[in-house]
Amino acid sequence: MSQIPVELVKILIALVAVAAFVGLNGLVLVYLERKVAGHIQRRPGPFEVGPHGLLQPLADAVKLIGKQLFTPKNADGFLFWLAPILSFMPVLLLFLPLPFGPKLTGMNLNLGLLLILAFSGLNVLATCLAGWGSNNKYGILGAARAVSQSVAYEIPLLLSVLAIAFQTGSLNLSEVVAGQGSWPWQWNFMVQPLAFIIFFVSALGETNRAPFDLAEAESELTAGFHTEYSGMGFGMFFLAEYANMIVVCSVAVALFLGGWNGPFFDGAWWFLAKVYVLLLVMIWLRWTFPRVRFDQLLNLNWKWLMPLALLNLLITAFVTKLS
Amino acid sequence: MTAIKKIWDNVSGLWSLVVGLKITGKAFMDKQVTLHYPRETVSDSQLEGFRGPLELVGKPKVPASPKCIACMMCVSACPSGCISITKAKAPKPTEAELQAMKEAEERGEKVVKPKAPKEPTKFMYDFSLCSLCGSCVENCAVGAIRFSDNVYFASTDRNAFKMDLLYRLEVKGQRQEQAKAESAPQEPEKSTKEG
Repeated sequence: MSQIPVELVKILIALVAVAAFVGLNGLVLVYLERKVAGHIQRRPGPFEVGPHGLLQPLADAVKLIGKQLFTPKNADGFLFWLAPILSFMPVLLLFLPLPFGPKLTGMNLNLGLLLILAFSGLNVLATCLAGWGSNNKYGILGAARAVSQSVAYEIPLLLSVLAIAFQTGSLNLSEVVAGQGSWPWQWNFMVQPLAFIIFFVSALGETNRAPFDLAEAESELTAGFHTEYSGMGFGMFFLAEYANMIVVCSVAVALFLGGWNGPFFDGAWWFLAKVYVLLLVMIWLRWTFPRVRFDQLLNLNWKWLMPLALLNLLITAFVTKLS
Repeated sequence: MTAIKKIWDNVSGLWSLVVGLKITGKAFMDKQVTLHYPRETVSDSQLEGFRGPLELVGKPKVPASPKCIACMMCVSACPSGCISITKAKAPKPTEAELQAMKEAEERGEKVVKPKAPKEPTKFMYDFSLCSLCGSCVENCAVGAIRFSDNVYFASTDRNAFKMDLLYRLEVKGQRQEQAKAESAPQEPEKSTKEG
Protein backbone atom coordinates (compact mmCIF):
# COMPACT_ATOMS: atom_id res chain seq x y z
CA MET A 1 0.00 0.00 0.00
CA SER A 2 2.85 2.34 0.67
CA GLN A 3 3.67 2.14 -3.01
CA ILE A 4 1.01 4.70 -3.95
CA PRO A 5 2.71 8.07 -4.26
CA VAL A 6 1.27 10.82 -2.11
CA GLU A 7 1.27 13.24 -5.00
CA LEU A 8 -1.09 10.98 -6.96
CA VAL A 9 -3.54 10.78 -4.06
CA LYS A 10 -3.42 14.53 -3.72
CA ILE A 11 -4.22 15.02 -7.40
CA LEU A 12 -7.06 12.54 -7.17
CA ILE A 13 -8.59 14.34 -4.19
CA ALA A 14 -8.14 17.66 -5.94
CA LEU A 15 -9.83 16.33 -9.08
CA VAL A 16 -12.81 15.03 -7.13
CA ALA A 17 -13.11 18.33 -5.29
CA VAL A 18 -12.86 20.19 -8.57
CA ALA A 19 -15.55 17.98 -10.14
CA ALA A 20 -17.86 18.77 -7.23
CA PHE A 21 -16.99 22.44 -7.46
CA VAL A 22 -17.68 22.51 -11.21
CA GLY A 23 -21.00 20.71 -10.82
CA LEU A 24 -22.15 22.96 -8.00
CA ASN A 25 -21.03 26.08 -9.79
CA GLY A 26 -22.80 24.91 -12.93
CA LEU A 27 -26.06 24.80 -11.00
CA VAL A 28 -25.47 28.18 -9.40
CA LEU A 29 -24.46 29.79 -12.67
CA VAL A 30 -27.46 28.42 -14.57
CA TYR A 31 -29.71 29.90 -11.92
CA LEU A 32 -27.78 33.16 -11.87
CA GLU A 33 -27.78 33.47 -15.63
CA ARG A 34 -31.51 32.93 -15.92
CA LYS A 35 -32.30 35.23 -13.01
CA VAL A 36 -30.09 38.01 -14.33
CA ALA A 37 -31.53 37.57 -17.82
CA GLY A 38 -35.00 37.79 -16.34
CA HIS A 39 -34.34 40.88 -14.30
CA ILE A 40 -32.60 42.65 -17.16
CA GLN A 41 -35.71 42.03 -19.23
CA ARG A 42 -37.84 43.13 -16.27
CA ARG A 43 -39.39 39.73 -15.60
CA PRO A 44 -38.85 37.47 -12.58
CA GLY A 45 -36.91 34.64 -14.24
CA PRO A 46 -37.41 31.10 -12.90
CA PHE A 47 -39.82 31.29 -10.02
CA GLU A 48 -42.00 28.21 -9.73
CA VAL A 49 -39.68 25.33 -8.79
CA GLY A 50 -38.73 25.80 -5.16
CA PRO A 51 -38.64 29.14 -3.36
CA HIS A 52 -37.83 31.82 -5.94
CA GLY A 53 -37.08 29.07 -8.45
CA LEU A 54 -34.00 27.93 -6.54
CA LEU A 55 -34.50 24.31 -7.54
CA GLN A 56 -34.93 25.10 -11.23
CA PRO A 57 -31.35 24.16 -12.21
CA LEU A 58 -31.79 20.83 -10.42
CA ALA A 59 -34.96 20.19 -12.37
CA ASP A 60 -33.12 21.10 -15.56
CA ALA A 61 -30.29 18.75 -14.69
CA VAL A 62 -32.69 15.89 -13.99
CA LYS A 63 -34.40 16.54 -17.29
CA LEU A 64 -31.10 16.53 -19.17
CA ILE A 65 -29.95 13.32 -17.50
CA GLY A 66 -33.26 11.61 -18.17
CA LYS A 67 -33.37 12.36 -21.86
CA GLN A 68 -32.59 9.83 -24.55
CA LEU A 69 -29.12 9.97 -26.04
CA PHE A 70 -29.69 10.14 -29.74
CA THR A 71 -27.13 9.69 -32.51
CA PRO A 72 -28.22 11.16 -35.82
CA LYS A 73 -28.27 9.05 -38.97
CA ASN A 74 -24.97 8.92 -40.86
CA ALA A 75 -23.19 10.66 -38.00
CA ASP A 76 -19.71 9.50 -37.06
CA GLY A 77 -20.70 7.83 -33.81
CA PHE A 78 -17.24 7.70 -32.32
CA LEU A 79 -16.36 11.34 -32.91
CA PHE A 80 -19.89 12.40 -32.09
CA TRP A 81 -19.70 10.97 -28.58
CA LEU A 82 -16.03 11.69 -28.10
CA ALA A 83 -16.63 15.41 -28.52
CA PRO A 84 -18.70 16.16 -25.39
CA ILE A 85 -16.34 14.10 -23.24
CA LEU A 86 -13.34 15.80 -24.78
CA SER A 87 -14.89 19.17 -24.13
CA PHE A 88 -15.67 18.49 -20.48
CA MET A 89 -12.78 16.34 -19.23
CA PRO A 90 -9.85 18.74 -19.77
CA VAL A 91 -11.79 21.45 -17.97
CA LEU A 92 -11.35 19.59 -14.70
CA LEU A 93 -7.61 19.68 -15.26
CA LEU A 94 -7.68 23.44 -15.75
CA PHE A 95 -8.75 23.94 -12.15
CA LEU A 96 -5.72 22.16 -10.71
CA PRO A 97 -3.16 24.98 -10.82
CA LEU A 98 -5.65 27.70 -9.84
CA PRO A 99 -4.77 29.29 -6.49
CA PHE A 100 -8.12 29.50 -4.72
CA GLY A 101 -6.57 30.46 -1.43
CA PRO A 102 -3.13 30.89 0.17
CA LYS A 103 -2.91 27.10 0.68
CA LEU A 104 -5.85 25.98 -1.40
CA THR A 105 -4.25 24.93 -4.67
CA GLY A 106 -4.79 21.61 -6.35
CA MET A 107 -1.28 21.40 -7.68
CA ASN A 108 1.32 24.09 -7.25
CA LEU A 109 2.93 24.05 -10.68
CA ASN A 110 5.75 26.19 -11.98
CA LEU A 111 4.06 26.27 -15.36
CA GLY A 112 0.48 26.44 -14.14
CA LEU A 113 -0.46 29.20 -16.50
CA LEU A 114 0.96 27.28 -19.44
CA LEU A 115 -1.00 24.19 -18.42
CA ILE A 116 -4.24 26.14 -18.40
CA LEU A 117 -3.58 27.76 -21.75
CA ALA A 118 -2.52 24.49 -23.33
CA PHE A 119 -5.41 22.38 -22.15
CA SER A 120 -8.05 25.02 -22.77
CA GLY A 121 -7.12 24.64 -26.43
CA LEU A 122 -8.66 21.16 -26.40
CA ASN A 123 -12.07 22.75 -26.16
CA VAL A 124 -11.70 24.00 -29.73
CA LEU A 125 -10.96 20.48 -30.90
CA ALA A 126 -14.05 19.20 -29.10
CA THR A 127 -16.22 21.83 -30.74
CA CYS A 128 -14.71 21.00 -34.12
CA LEU A 129 -15.31 17.26 -33.66
CA ALA A 130 -18.87 17.85 -32.48
CA GLY A 131 -19.70 19.88 -35.55
CA TRP A 132 -17.96 17.47 -37.90
CA GLY A 133 -19.22 14.29 -36.30
CA SER A 134 -22.89 15.20 -36.21
CA ASN A 135 -23.31 15.28 -40.01
CA ASN A 136 -25.31 18.48 -39.88
CA LYS A 137 -24.80 21.63 -41.92
CA TYR A 138 -25.40 23.90 -38.95
CA GLY A 139 -23.01 21.83 -36.90
CA ILE A 140 -20.23 22.08 -39.44
CA LEU A 141 -20.78 25.82 -39.90
CA GLY A 142 -20.68 26.33 -36.15
CA ALA A 143 -17.54 24.25 -35.87
CA ALA A 144 -15.83 26.18 -38.66
CA ARG A 145 -16.69 29.42 -36.96
CA ALA A 146 -15.55 28.17 -33.58
CA VAL A 147 -12.17 27.15 -34.91
CA SER A 148 -11.38 30.38 -36.73
CA GLN A 149 -12.66 32.39 -33.78
CA SER A 150 -10.77 30.50 -31.11
CA VAL A 151 -7.54 30.44 -33.08
CA ALA A 152 -7.82 34.18 -33.60
CA TYR A 153 -8.68 35.07 -30.03
CA GLU A 154 -6.09 32.83 -28.48
CA ILE A 155 -3.32 35.13 -29.72
CA PRO A 156 -4.26 38.37 -27.94
CA LEU A 157 -5.18 36.28 -24.93
CA LEU A 158 -1.71 34.76 -24.80
CA LEU A 159 -0.05 38.11 -25.46
CA SER A 160 -1.88 39.81 -22.63
CA VAL A 161 -1.02 36.93 -20.29
CA LEU A 162 2.60 37.16 -21.43
CA ALA A 163 2.71 40.81 -20.42
CA ILE A 164 1.95 39.78 -16.84
CA ALA A 165 4.43 36.93 -17.06
CA PHE A 166 7.13 39.37 -18.20
CA GLN A 167 6.32 41.72 -15.41
CA THR A 168 6.26 39.16 -12.62
CA GLY A 169 8.80 36.81 -14.16
CA SER A 170 6.75 33.75 -13.33
CA LEU A 171 4.23 31.38 -14.88
CA ASN A 172 3.23 30.07 -11.48
CA LEU A 173 -0.20 31.46 -10.65
CA SER A 174 0.35 31.17 -6.90
CA GLU A 175 3.49 33.27 -7.17
CA VAL A 176 1.78 35.87 -9.33
CA VAL A 177 -0.97 36.18 -6.74
CA ALA A 178 1.45 36.32 -3.84
CA GLY A 179 3.27 39.16 -5.60
CA GLN A 180 0.19 41.37 -5.40
CA GLY A 181 -0.93 43.28 -2.32
CA SER A 182 -4.16 43.33 -0.39
CA TRP A 183 -5.51 46.62 -1.67
CA PRO A 184 -6.93 47.20 -5.15
CA TRP A 185 -4.21 49.68 -6.10
CA GLN A 186 -1.59 47.01 -5.47
CA TRP A 187 -3.10 44.65 -7.99
CA ASN A 188 -1.66 44.05 -11.46
CA PHE A 189 -4.79 45.50 -12.94
CA MET A 190 -3.52 48.97 -12.02
CA VAL A 191 -0.25 48.44 -13.86
CA GLN A 192 -1.68 46.60 -16.84
CA PRO A 193 -5.18 47.93 -17.46
CA LEU A 194 -4.94 47.43 -21.22
CA ALA A 195 -3.79 43.83 -20.82
CA PHE A 196 -6.71 43.20 -18.48
CA ILE A 197 -9.26 44.55 -20.96
CA ILE A 198 -7.70 42.63 -23.84
CA PHE A 199 -7.64 39.48 -21.72
CA PHE A 200 -11.28 39.85 -20.76
CA VAL A 201 -12.49 40.52 -24.30
CA SER A 202 -10.44 37.62 -25.67
CA ALA A 203 -11.74 35.42 -22.88
CA LEU A 204 -15.29 36.17 -24.02
CA GLY A 205 -14.21 35.16 -27.51
CA GLU A 206 -12.48 32.02 -26.25
CA THR A 207 -15.43 30.81 -24.22
CA ASN A 208 -17.88 31.50 -27.08
CA ARG A 209 -19.90 33.78 -24.87
CA ALA A 210 -22.19 36.44 -26.28
CA PRO A 211 -21.56 38.83 -27.98
CA PHE A 212 -19.05 36.41 -29.51
CA ASP A 213 -21.23 33.29 -29.48
CA LEU A 214 -20.99 32.77 -33.21
CA ALA A 215 -20.38 29.05 -32.86
CA GLU A 216 -23.88 28.63 -31.42
CA ALA A 217 -25.69 31.62 -32.88
CA GLU A 218 -29.24 30.47 -32.17
CA SER A 219 -30.82 32.81 -34.68
CA GLU A 220 -28.56 31.74 -37.55
CA LEU A 221 -27.39 28.19 -36.90
CA THR A 222 -30.15 26.72 -34.69
CA ALA A 223 -27.60 25.76 -32.04
CA GLY A 224 -24.41 25.56 -34.09
CA PHE A 225 -22.05 22.77 -33.15
CA HIS A 226 -24.37 21.17 -30.58
CA THR A 227 -27.50 21.18 -32.75
CA GLU A 228 -27.72 17.39 -32.81
CA TYR A 229 -26.92 16.72 -29.17
CA SER A 230 -29.63 15.69 -26.78
CA GLY A 231 -29.66 15.00 -23.07
CA MET A 232 -26.31 14.81 -21.35
CA GLY A 233 -24.42 15.17 -24.66
CA PHE A 234 -25.63 18.73 -24.69
CA GLY A 235 -25.34 18.85 -20.90
CA MET A 236 -21.61 18.18 -21.09
CA PHE A 237 -21.05 21.07 -23.50
CA PHE A 238 -23.20 23.23 -21.31
CA LEU A 239 -21.27 22.32 -18.17
CA ALA A 240 -17.99 22.78 -20.02
CA GLU A 241 -19.03 26.25 -21.13
CA TYR A 242 -19.79 27.31 -17.58
CA ALA A 243 -16.67 25.63 -16.23
CA ASN A 244 -14.61 27.43 -18.87
CA MET A 245 -16.19 30.70 -17.83
CA ILE A 246 -15.11 30.04 -14.27
CA VAL A 247 -11.60 29.16 -15.40
CA VAL A 248 -11.07 32.30 -17.47
CA CYS A 249 -12.52 34.46 -14.71
CA SER A 250 -10.32 32.74 -12.14
CA VAL A 251 -7.24 33.28 -14.28
CA ALA A 252 -8.22 36.92 -14.75
CA VAL A 253 -8.64 37.30 -11.01
CA ALA A 254 -5.34 35.57 -10.25
CA LEU A 255 -3.38 37.54 -12.83
CA PHE A 256 -4.95 40.97 -12.62
CA LEU A 257 -7.19 41.33 -9.59
CA GLY A 258 -5.02 40.09 -6.79
CA GLY A 259 -6.40 36.56 -6.48
CA TRP A 260 -7.11 35.68 -2.89
CA ASN A 261 -5.60 38.96 -1.68
CA GLY A 262 -8.18 41.37 -0.41
CA PRO A 263 -8.68 44.12 2.12
CA PHE A 264 -8.58 42.97 5.78
CA PHE A 265 -8.97 39.22 5.37
CA ASP A 266 -6.99 37.41 2.69
CA GLY A 267 -8.49 34.14 1.69
CA ALA A 268 -10.49 32.01 -0.68
CA TRP A 269 -13.64 34.09 -0.16
CA TRP A 270 -12.03 37.08 -1.82
CA PHE A 271 -11.08 34.88 -4.75
CA LEU A 272 -14.59 33.50 -5.10
CA ALA A 273 -16.18 36.94 -4.69
CA LYS A 274 -14.01 38.43 -7.41
CA VAL A 275 -14.62 35.49 -9.73
CA TYR A 276 -18.34 35.86 -9.27
CA VAL A 277 -18.22 39.60 -9.94
CA LEU A 278 -16.44 38.89 -13.23
CA LEU A 279 -18.96 36.14 -14.05
CA LEU A 280 -21.78 38.57 -13.38
CA VAL A 281 -20.18 41.06 -15.74
CA MET A 282 -19.97 38.34 -18.38
CA ILE A 283 -23.65 37.52 -17.94
CA TRP A 284 -24.50 41.20 -17.96
CA LEU A 285 -22.61 41.63 -21.25
CA ARG A 286 -24.42 38.68 -22.76
CA TRP A 287 -27.85 40.13 -22.09
CA THR A 288 -26.84 43.60 -23.23
CA PHE A 289 -25.02 43.32 -26.53
CA PRO A 290 -26.23 41.79 -29.77
CA ARG A 291 -24.07 39.19 -31.46
CA VAL A 292 -21.35 40.67 -33.66
CA ARG A 293 -21.08 39.75 -37.31
CA PHE A 294 -18.30 37.35 -38.22
CA ASP A 295 -16.22 39.93 -40.09
CA GLN A 296 -16.62 42.33 -37.18
CA LEU A 297 -15.49 39.61 -34.82
CA LEU A 298 -12.30 38.96 -36.76
CA ASN A 299 -11.70 42.65 -37.49
CA LEU A 300 -11.91 43.42 -33.81
CA ASN A 301 -9.39 40.72 -33.10
CA TRP A 302 -6.82 41.25 -35.85
CA LYS A 303 -7.07 45.03 -36.17
CA TRP A 304 -7.45 46.05 -32.55
CA LEU A 305 -6.76 43.43 -29.94
CA MET A 306 -3.69 41.93 -31.62
CA PRO A 307 -1.78 45.17 -32.32
CA LEU A 308 -2.73 46.61 -28.95
CA ALA A 309 -1.65 43.46 -27.14
CA LEU A 310 1.65 43.45 -29.04
CA LEU A 311 2.23 47.10 -28.23
CA ASN A 312 1.43 46.48 -24.61
CA LEU A 313 3.80 43.53 -24.53
CA LEU A 314 6.62 45.56 -26.11
CA ILE A 315 6.20 48.39 -23.65
CA THR A 316 6.09 45.92 -20.77
CA ALA A 317 9.26 44.25 -22.02
CA PHE A 318 11.07 47.58 -22.25
CA VAL A 319 9.95 48.73 -18.85
CA THR A 320 10.86 45.45 -17.14
CA LYS A 321 14.24 45.44 -18.85
CA LEU A 322 14.97 49.00 -17.79
CA SER A 323 13.86 48.74 -14.18
CA MET B 1 -6.74 62.67 -41.38
CA THR B 2 -9.19 59.96 -42.30
CA ALA B 3 -7.19 57.34 -40.46
CA ILE B 4 -7.26 59.41 -37.28
CA LYS B 5 -10.98 59.97 -37.70
CA LYS B 6 -11.52 56.26 -38.18
CA ILE B 7 -9.63 55.44 -35.02
CA TRP B 8 -11.54 58.12 -33.13
CA ASP B 9 -14.83 56.69 -34.42
CA ASN B 10 -13.88 53.30 -33.10
CA VAL B 11 -12.80 54.63 -29.75
CA SER B 12 -15.90 56.76 -29.32
CA GLY B 13 -17.91 53.69 -30.33
CA LEU B 14 -16.67 52.10 -27.13
CA TRP B 15 -18.74 54.63 -25.23
CA SER B 16 -21.89 53.21 -26.79
CA LEU B 17 -21.05 49.89 -25.11
CA VAL B 18 -21.12 51.66 -21.75
CA VAL B 19 -24.43 53.30 -22.64
CA GLY B 20 -25.87 49.89 -23.45
CA LEU B 21 -24.65 48.47 -20.16
CA LYS B 22 -26.17 51.42 -18.33
CA ILE B 23 -29.54 50.75 -19.93
CA THR B 24 -29.62 47.06 -19.03
CA GLY B 25 -28.20 47.83 -15.60
CA LYS B 26 -31.06 50.22 -14.99
CA ALA B 27 -33.59 47.70 -16.25
CA PHE B 28 -32.06 45.15 -13.87
CA MET B 29 -32.70 47.42 -10.92
CA ASP B 30 -36.15 48.52 -12.09
CA LYS B 31 -39.42 47.03 -10.98
CA GLN B 32 -40.56 44.01 -12.92
CA VAL B 33 -43.45 44.43 -15.31
CA THR B 34 -44.70 40.85 -15.40
CA LEU B 35 -47.24 39.35 -13.00
CA HIS B 36 -47.08 36.02 -11.24
CA TYR B 37 -50.35 34.95 -12.76
CA PRO B 38 -52.09 32.56 -10.41
CA ARG B 39 -51.10 34.65 -7.41
CA GLU B 40 -51.58 38.06 -9.01
CA THR B 41 -54.03 39.26 -11.63
CA VAL B 42 -54.10 42.26 -13.89
CA SER B 43 -55.54 45.50 -12.64
CA ASP B 44 -58.12 47.54 -14.55
CA SER B 45 -55.64 50.25 -15.41
CA GLN B 46 -53.34 47.65 -16.98
CA LEU B 47 -56.24 46.45 -19.11
CA GLU B 48 -56.67 49.79 -20.88
CA GLY B 49 -56.67 49.15 -24.61
CA PHE B 50 -56.75 45.42 -24.13
CA ARG B 51 -58.62 43.56 -26.89
CA GLY B 52 -60.48 40.65 -25.43
CA PRO B 53 -63.27 38.74 -27.15
CA LEU B 54 -66.13 40.93 -28.36
CA GLU B 55 -69.04 41.82 -26.19
CA LEU B 56 -72.28 43.71 -26.78
CA VAL B 57 -72.99 47.05 -25.18
CA GLY B 58 -76.27 47.30 -23.31
CA LYS B 59 -78.68 50.20 -23.48
CA PRO B 60 -77.80 52.80 -20.89
CA LYS B 61 -81.05 52.34 -19.02
CA VAL B 62 -81.61 48.64 -19.69
CA PRO B 63 -78.16 47.10 -19.49
CA ALA B 64 -79.46 43.60 -20.21
CA SER B 65 -80.78 44.45 -23.68
CA PRO B 66 -78.35 45.33 -26.48
CA LYS B 67 -77.93 48.65 -28.24
CA CYS B 68 -77.56 46.68 -31.46
CA ILE B 69 -79.94 47.58 -34.32
CA ALA B 70 -79.11 44.48 -36.35
CA CYS B 71 -77.91 46.53 -39.35
CA MET B 72 -75.38 43.77 -40.18
CA MET B 73 -72.53 46.24 -40.74
CA CYS B 74 -70.25 44.27 -38.46
CA VAL B 75 -71.07 41.03 -40.28
CA SER B 76 -70.09 42.50 -43.65
CA ALA B 77 -67.04 44.25 -42.21
CA CYS B 78 -65.65 41.15 -40.56
CA PRO B 79 -62.79 39.68 -42.61
CA SER B 80 -62.96 36.30 -40.94
CA GLY B 81 -66.72 35.89 -40.84
CA CYS B 82 -66.88 35.18 -37.16
CA ILE B 83 -70.08 37.10 -36.44
CA SER B 84 -73.51 35.84 -37.41
CA ILE B 85 -76.68 37.75 -36.59
CA THR B 86 -80.30 36.76 -36.97
CA LYS B 87 -82.57 39.75 -37.34
CA ALA B 88 -85.81 39.93 -35.43
CA LYS B 89 -88.82 39.21 -37.67
CA ALA B 90 -91.96 41.23 -37.75
CA PRO B 91 -94.53 39.85 -35.30
CA LYS B 92 -97.03 37.66 -37.12
CA PRO B 93 -100.51 39.15 -36.87
CA THR B 94 -103.17 36.89 -35.48
CA GLU B 95 -106.21 35.85 -37.47
CA ALA B 96 -108.38 38.52 -35.89
CA GLU B 97 -105.82 41.22 -36.54
CA LEU B 98 -105.49 40.12 -40.18
CA GLN B 99 -109.25 40.29 -40.54
CA ALA B 100 -109.31 43.75 -39.01
CA MET B 101 -106.55 44.95 -41.33
CA LYS B 102 -108.35 43.61 -44.38
CA GLU B 103 -111.52 45.35 -43.38
CA ALA B 104 -109.74 48.59 -42.76
CA GLU B 105 -108.07 48.39 -46.17
CA GLU B 106 -111.41 47.84 -47.82
CA ARG B 107 -112.73 50.89 -46.07
CA GLY B 108 -109.89 52.80 -47.65
CA GLU B 109 -108.13 53.55 -44.41
CA LYS B 110 -104.39 53.60 -44.13
CA VAL B 111 -103.12 50.38 -42.66
CA VAL B 112 -99.93 50.22 -40.65
CA LYS B 113 -98.47 46.80 -40.96
CA PRO B 114 -96.38 45.71 -37.96
CA LYS B 115 -92.72 46.32 -38.73
CA ALA B 116 -89.80 44.15 -37.72
CA PRO B 117 -88.22 45.52 -34.56
CA LYS B 118 -84.64 46.70 -35.07
CA GLU B 119 -82.92 44.21 -32.85
CA PRO B 120 -81.14 40.90 -33.17
CA THR B 121 -82.69 37.70 -31.95
CA LYS B 122 -79.40 35.91 -32.15
CA PHE B 123 -75.89 37.26 -32.02
CA MET B 124 -73.33 34.48 -32.40
CA TYR B 125 -69.61 35.12 -32.26
CA ASP B 126 -66.89 32.58 -32.95
CA PHE B 127 -63.81 33.69 -31.02
CA SER B 128 -61.71 30.90 -32.52
CA LEU B 129 -61.99 32.61 -35.93
CA CYS B 130 -61.72 36.19 -34.71
CA SER B 131 -58.46 38.01 -35.37
CA LEU B 132 -59.42 40.90 -33.06
CA CYS B 133 -58.86 43.39 -35.89
CA GLY B 134 -61.59 45.69 -34.65
CA SER B 135 -63.29 46.29 -38.01
CA CYS B 136 -66.66 45.46 -36.48
CA VAL B 137 -66.15 47.89 -33.62
CA GLU B 138 -65.15 50.66 -36.03
CA ASN B 139 -68.01 49.99 -38.40
CA CYS B 140 -70.77 49.76 -35.83
CA ALA B 141 -73.17 52.63 -36.39
CA VAL B 142 -74.45 52.80 -32.83
CA GLY B 143 -71.46 51.68 -30.83
CA ALA B 144 -73.14 48.50 -29.79
CA ILE B 145 -70.08 46.27 -29.88
CA ARG B 146 -66.74 46.53 -28.14
CA PHE B 147 -63.75 44.53 -26.95
CA SER B 148 -64.19 43.02 -23.54
CA ASP B 149 -61.48 42.97 -20.88
CA ASN B 150 -61.79 39.23 -20.52
CA VAL B 151 -58.09 38.44 -20.09
CA TYR B 152 -58.13 35.00 -18.59
CA PHE B 153 -60.50 33.41 -21.08
CA ALA B 154 -59.20 29.95 -21.96
CA SER B 155 -60.68 26.59 -22.76
CA THR B 156 -59.76 23.17 -24.03
CA ASP B 157 -63.07 22.88 -25.88
CA ARG B 158 -63.47 24.48 -29.28
CA ASN B 159 -67.17 24.98 -28.71
CA ALA B 160 -66.50 27.18 -25.71
CA PHE B 161 -65.31 29.85 -28.11
CA LYS B 162 -68.61 29.97 -29.97
CA MET B 163 -70.29 32.54 -27.83
CA ASP B 164 -73.86 33.70 -27.67
CA LEU B 165 -73.25 37.37 -27.04
CA LEU B 166 -76.91 38.18 -26.34
CA TYR B 167 -77.01 35.60 -23.59
CA ARG B 168 -73.73 36.84 -22.13
CA LEU B 169 -75.00 40.41 -22.13
CA GLU B 170 -78.15 39.31 -20.37
CA VAL B 171 -76.21 37.48 -17.71
CA LYS B 172 -73.91 40.44 -17.28
CA GLY B 173 -76.82 42.86 -17.02
CA GLN B 174 -78.49 40.68 -14.44
CA ARG B 175 -75.32 40.48 -12.45
CA GLN B 176 -74.93 44.25 -12.55
CA GLU B 177 -78.46 44.74 -11.36
CA GLN B 178 -77.93 42.27 -8.59
CA ALA B 179 -74.79 44.10 -7.54
CA LYS B 180 -76.70 47.35 -7.62
CA ALA B 181 -79.41 45.83 -5.47
CA GLU B 182 -76.85 44.80 -2.93
CA SER B 183 -75.60 48.40 -3.18
CA ALA B 184 -72.07 47.16 -2.87
CA PRO B 185 -70.39 47.15 -6.29
CA GLN B 186 -68.48 43.93 -6.13
CA GLU B 187 -66.17 43.53 -9.05
CA PRO B 188 -64.70 40.06 -9.23
CA GLU B 189 -61.41 40.05 -7.40
CA LYS B 190 -59.16 42.12 -9.58
CA SER B 191 -56.24 44.44 -9.21
CA THR B 192 -54.05 42.73 -6.72
CA LYS B 193 -51.18 44.62 -8.23
CA GLU B 194 -51.16 48.08 -9.78
CA GLY B 195 -48.49 48.61 -12.38
